[in-house]
Amino acid sequence: MNTKHRKWVYQILPYTILTFIGVCFILPLLWVLVASVDTNASQTLQAPTRITADNYVDVLTNAENQRAYLIGLLMSGGQAFIVVLLALLAAYPLSRYQLKFKKPFMLTILFMTSLPITAVMVPVYQLFLSLKLYNNIFGVILFFVASAMPYGIWMLKNFMDSVPIELEEAAWIDGASVFEGIRRVVAPLMVPGICTVAIFTFSGSWGNFFVPYILLQSPENFPASLKIYQFFGQYGMADYGKLAAFSVMYAIPSVVLYILSQRFMSKGFGMQGGTKG
Amino acid sequence: MSSLTAGSIHKKRKSWTWLYFLLPSIAIMLVFFIYPILLTVFYSFTNLALTGEAAKELKFVGIDNYTRMFEDPTVRVSIWNTLIFLIGSAVIGQQVLGFLIALLMKHKNRWFRRVIGTIVLAGWVTPEIVCALCLYSFFSDEGTLNAIITSLGFTEVTWLFTVPMLTVILANIWHGTAFSMLVFQAALDDVPSEIEEAAVVDGATKWQILTRITIPYIKETITTNMMLVTLQTLGVFGLIYAMTGGGPGTSTTTLPIFMYNQAFVNYQLGYGTAISLLLLFIGIILSLFYIRSMKE
Repeated sequence: MNTKHRKWVYQILPYTILTFIGVCFILPLLWVLVASVDTNASQTLQAPTRITADNYVDVLTNAENQRAYLIGLLMSGGQAFIVVLLALLAAYPLSRYQLKFKKPFMLTILFMTSLPITAVMVPVYQLFLSLKLYNNIFGVILFFVASAMPYGIWMLKNFMDSVPIELEEAAWIDGASVFEGIRRVVAPLMVPGICTVAIFTFSGSWGNFFVPYILLQSPENFPASLKIYQFFGQYGMADYGKLAAFSVMYAIPSVVLYILSQRFMSKGFGMQGGTKG
Repeated sequence: MSSLTAGSIHKKRKSWTWLYFLLPSIAIMLVFFIYPILLTVFYSFTNLALTGEAAKELKFVGIDNYTRMFEDPTVRVSIWNTLIFLIGSAVIGQQVLGFLIALLMKHKNRWFRRVIGTIVLAGWVTPEIVCALCLYSFFSDEGTLNAIITSLGFTEVTWLFTVPMLTVILANIWHGTAFSMLVFQAALDDVPSEIEEAAVVDGATKWQILTRITIPYIKETITTNMMLVTLQTLGVFGLIYAMTGGGPGTSTTTLPIFMYNQAFVNYQLGYGTAISLLLLFIGIILSLFYIRSMKE
């Protein structure tokens, strides 16, 4: 192989490998998109027999599906709202006060962000039975809030550290209380951080299957993630078109929120705020 | 100067105000996060069960659950499966593939990078259950993969039965690689191009630059990412459960699946809890390494 030839191979090889990887990644996804508009969908990626919106219409007009979708939105939305509110409060003394236990506390928080939730679900189930929270949508929200608190506190504390205290002091001199200072000065300056936390919390629980699967029993309480699994088992073998359409509908909030989050994460992708701290 | 005034204002209000701010968060974490972890330890020494005699009366059984665990051949299989799943899909799969994509994408055509990056990200953004469905269909007997290989003249393979572990590993790679790709893209952008250029002038080959300059430079990112990805993979349940249900047989039964089966299918909550403690223990060790890697 001469040098010229070799150089040419080096030029073209990365494109070839990346294209191959890209094709492997896109095939499973193309299937779900194409099947969702096919009147006669199968498990194989194929040109649709006839393009139709019927699958979407059927899935969207089904009252049970609408209910599951709304429950999912309520759970994830409720969780994101409570997490932001509580984490904002918790972040305040951690960012502004000199506390002796601050360092070990933050390390514990960081430690908790990385623990696998899966490992505590059996005792949580038992706890929910005894607290009469089993099969209760709000119970699931509470657990989702608790599991996302460490992440929320960690992120918002770091975001708050970058809000200069002088602005708050100016508000205090004008007679504002600590709470008013947070509400009128600190929080508005932290909108990107708050949105990042809200979005990641929301998508985390929206996509979560295991937690509601363990903590809920009656199908009328199921959020979208469980409904789709149920669908998978019941009609999966027969009606791929509808299953695919429902899957696409279910994935849309995650995709939209991800795109939105890109606007708030101006600094690109780092180690989730871990470089500060 | 300003911090001095801030200090004095805070001193006036100091007292216990910080507690009011922290109390709601701490309370909810204590009840729904810390307490269950303590319960895990407690229940794992009991005969807690959902049905039968043991359901009526909670008894301490000492380390029975643990001796049972170490004698149970399925536990050994699950630990082994978990290891294969972790190494295959997290350590090698997502980590190496994510690095490779990030490396190959560097200095390439912007439009091309965008397209490939978006495709890989799509798998990450897609919820777990939808990933399971897409990959299940892809590998199924009448799925896309078999359609491709038969059109190339090969015979069909029943992927989900012949190589079930490989299919769930590939599914998790499909779902998770984007995270490592993003992390490594950011890290590679931080490597000063002057060093690499100087090495080129000195006559270093591409491979030498990669192994002696680039990788040592981003070593810490690699460690941290490895811990994070492994931790995320350790808890994977839905993806495997929806694709194979842990089967056929026990061939894809990882620890989370085994824990679920013991606790909720066989109603042995005490035994299930002992297994989750094992899972938690592995998680704690990995988390401690993770925090150490962050502190450096």
